[in-house]
Order: sequence, then C-alpha cells, then structure tokens
Amino acid sequence: MAEYQNIFTQVQVRAMPEMGMVEEVDLGNRTKGASFSTLAGWFGNAQLGPIYLGTFGVISVATGLIWFFIVGAHYWGQAGYNPAVFLRDLFWFSLEPPAPEWGLRIPPMNEGGMFLLAGFFLLISVITWWIRTYLRAEALGMGKHVAYAFGGAIWLFLVLGLIRPVLMGSWSEAVPYGIFSHLDWTNLFSLTYGNLFYNPFHALSIVFLYGSALLFAMHGATILSVTRLGGDRELEQIVDRGTASERAALFWRWTMGFNATMEGIHRWAWWFAVLVGVTGGIGILLTGTVVDNWFVWAQDHGYAPLD
Amino acid sequence: MALLSFERKYRVPGGTLVGGNLFDFWVGPFYVGFFGVTTFFFAALGTILIFYGASQGPTWNPWLISIDPPSIEVGLGAAPLMEGGLWQIITFCAIGAFVSWALREVEICRKLGIGYHVPAAFGVAIFAYVTLVVFRPILMGAWGYAFPYGIFSHLDWVSNTGYQYGNFHYNPAHMIAVTFFFTNALALALHGSLILSAANPGKGKVMKTPDHEDTFFRDLIGYSVGTLGIHRLGLLLALNAGFWSAVCIVISGTIWFDQWSEWWNWWLELPWWVNIPGGVNG
Repeated sequence: MAEYQNIFTQVQVRAMPEMGMVEEVDLGNRTKGASFSTLAGWFGNAQLGPIYLGTFGVISVATGLIWFFIVGAHYWGQAGYNPAVFLRDLFWFSLEPPAPEWGLRIPPMNEGGMFLLAGFFLLISVITWWIRTYLRAEALGMGKHVAYAFGGAIWLFLVLGLIRPVLMGSWSEAVPYGIFSHLDWTNLFSLTYGNLFYNPFHALSIVFLYGSALLFAMHGATILSVTRLGGDRELEQIVDRGTASERAALFWRWTMGFNATMEGIHRWAWWFAVLVGVTGGIGILLTGTVVDNWFVWAQDHGYAPLD
Repeated sequence: MALLSFERKYRVPGGTLVGGNLFDFWVGPFYVGFFGVTTFFFAALGTILIFYGASQGPTWNPWLISIDPPSIEVGLGAAPLMEGGLWQIITFCAIGAFVSWALREVEICRKLGIGYHVPAAFGVAIFAYVTLVVFRPILMGAWGYAFPYGIFSHLDWVSNTGYQYGNFHYNPAHMIAVTFFFTNALALALHGSLILSAANPGKGKVMKTPDHEDTFFRDLIGYSVGTLGIHRLGLLLALNAGFWSAVCIVISGTIWFDQWSEWWNWWLELPWWVNIPGGVNG
C-alpha cells in the first residue's frame, strides 16, 4: 500500500481527444480541436479543450478584458508611460473610486468616472459569466448548482461595489482597483468600524473559509486514499456503493464517530464554500449602514470586555 | 452499538502500530487503539484544566473565557500554574492529543487498507498549530508570544500581532496563504456543485455521468481537471493554505521586525530602476 499513495499519475494514456457529450449543446459554438499537455496529465486530465464560445461567453470575456485594459491603461498613465516604472510600481498603482463629495453622482473621467466605467464593464462581465454557467448546465441537462454557488460570490461582489456604496450614498465606499490599495481599503475598513473581528458575520465567513480548507483537505485526502479501489469515480459510488465508499465512510466513523455519504459530503462542501461569500456579504453590508462600531456593538451584546 | 449495514465485515483485528491487540477494539462507532487511549487522556486532561482555569478566572461568559500564556518576562521557563503554567500544560496536552489522533488515523488506515493521505494532511494542520505555540515562541525567546486560548482573546491576539507589523496584508507569505484559502473555497464550491449538478439534474431527468462533468467544464473554461485531479488539487490548495499561514507568522518577529509594507522596498531598490523618477515611488 505504501507504494500506492497516488500523488501523481505515473502512466498517461493517449487516445483521440474526448470532444464532449452532445445533449442539447449547439455544437457550432464548440471549438473543433483539442490538445494534450503531459505536464497537466501528471496532475489531472492531460486534455486541453475544446471550449464552448457563444454569445454570453464572448461578451463576458470581452467586457472583462475591457475592465482589465481600462485599469491597465490608468496604471500606464500613472507610470508616465515608462515601462520600467510601470513594472516597478505595478502593485502601488490604483484606479480609485470617486471622492466622497461626489456622492452617487457621476464625476469626470479623471476624478473617478474611469473607476465607474471600469466597474460597469466588470459587472457586465460577471453577470454574463453567471448566465454562461447556467446555460452550459442547462444545455447538458445538468442541475444549476454551479450557477447558484457562483451567485453566492456575486452577492459579496455586489455588496462591496454596488449595494453598500448605494446605501451609504457614495461611490467612494467602493473597493479600489489596485493590489496594495485594496489591501489598504480592507485594513482601513476594519479600523474605521471598530475591529471587524467583532463582526459576527465576518467571524462566520472566516469559519466557513477555514472550514472549506478543512473540508477539502479531508475530502481530497479521503478520496485519494481510496483511489486504489475506484473511489474517485464519485457519481458511480453515489448510486452503486462500492468498497471505496464503504472504507471512506468507515474511516471517518471510526475516527470521529460520524461519516458523510458520497453524495452528502458534496452537500457539506457546497454549503461551506457558498456560505463564505454569503455571510461575508451580510457582514460587509451591515458595516457602516446598521453598525458603526463592531467593538461597541459586541460590548452591548455581551461578547466584548467592558473595560 | 450502531453498526452500518456493511460495517461488520470491516471490523477485523490488526493494523495497530503499538500495543498489539490490547486496545484493538471499538467503543460505539469509535475505534480505540493505543492512541485512542492517549488521545482521550490528553483531551480530557486539557479540557478539565481549561474549565479549572475558567473557574479561577473573572468570567464564565463562553465568548470571553481565556487561558493566557505566561508573560514575556517568564521567557522560555516554566510559569506558576495561574500565571501561564496552565496554558503550558494545556498546550502540551493539545499537542499530545493532536499527534495521538493522527497516529490513531494511521492505525485506522492500516486496518482499512487505504492510503495515509488523511493523517498526512492532518499533520500539516498540527505543524501550523505547533508553529504558532512552540516554534515561533522558542525562536523569539518567550512563551508569551504564543496566542491565548479563548474565542475573542485569540482574535485580539491576531489583531494586535498583525498591527505590530503595520498592515499585515503586505506580508508576502500572508498574501500567498490568503490566495490559497480563497482559491480553495472556489475549487470546493465548483467541485461540490459539479457532483451535485450531475447527480441531481432535476425531476424526471436521468442522472448524468463523469463525461458530462468533463464536458461542462471544458465548455465553460476549456479544461476539466478530472475526477481524480480535482481531489489532488483540493488537497494541494488546502494544505498550502495551512502551510503558508504558518510561514507568514513564523517569519514575523524572527527574521522580519519592521512594518511589512517596508519589506517591498527591495523591489523598488533594484538597481536598474531605483533612480527613475515618476510613478508612485519615483
């Protein structure tokens, strides 16, 4: 057994590429070719492609690139059009939202209008990508779980960049587009509102974030440990339990007195990962709108020291 | 004795590392083994000491109970029981319980004839914990640099320790750790979703296959890592999240003492662009 820990794939089989299930997919939008990567094959599937293009995918990638290039062009200007400075100061550049005095009005381009324009394109990109996740599942006759999970992340995205700024009455509340500048925003946000660690929804979000790491370590490790017995064929194991599922279940039952099922573990996974964004979004939304100082709020509710 | 329908045929003797067949039995659903006994001993002793410490403390509010490490002046010595000694014994018990738990998992793996991935993964979590409460305090010369055992007191420790180095988000290892945590949550959401969406296509539809999973992901992003690869990826992301978290704190106060934002100056001071005016730093 010691020689079969299955950390990487030792023998790669090459055949004609899998061009995918057809179902209700409009094959005219699916690319015709596929290639192979030996490097990828050590770790997972070696096959690269095909990919489905299609209206919403193209719009999403195009608007996403427009956002990227607006931000990049702004940096380029901040660099004084000098490539060395661009590279040197890349993490320091930032496309900032409008100043507070603009409220929810639309300022000129160089006073935050550019930020709003970039954000508009990013919003289109994210929404059309959500539509794409829905339609690709629909075309294959699958459930919409990916789309609904993505919705949880979009909720957090909308709270940060749209809903909370609107409720606060100012675009200046939005997160800037920059590496260090968004870290400064995060730091300042916690300081401004009295230590975000005392925000119970922030605490829940972190619990689910760390819990997701715990769950994926447990689940990934469990499945890898029973791949010798076919445990990675999860859909098959869900409907026709084999010794891989039985041993995986008994491992946890004997370890901690409780086990999930092959299907149920994926429900645990789905909820933990989705709740990271959902609870995080609630925590951000309440901050500054309903609660001004989380430490004082915690004192009022009996979980922060009074002195 | 709640046995699963298929459980009896798996309950066979053997696979123990220590103690032969002396502790080779189950209590309810729990496997015992030599390391089950040591786990129970350390966990029970540690828990009792936490309650004892709480009873001597100022509050029974579960959010605020805190077992604090010794003050910095104690250095790496043994502290009186009520001045950090309890924390020291509880830490010893915690490490004993965690390591026992990992070795008990090894015994269960051997009994079931499966790989050692779970105890190996748990080992990374233990490493991160020991880094926080043993390695870093030893490197810095005092147990007082470890974190207190309490719900909000440990959050205060994280906050205070972070701000000693300015904005901790500038710590490059912290950046890597956070990136792994977020990516892990993303990958977990996608994996859970994909399995559920194939297994639950909706009323009246036939359950889908791994080929549908591959097709969905290739249609969506042009690549499907596959049923085996996703579990390697998930394990890799999760373990790296824990590992880099340990790295980001152990380097703070041992090899880096300044604001973390200052660390990035080496990049700005590279000779080929340090003197170019303009930009943010010119």
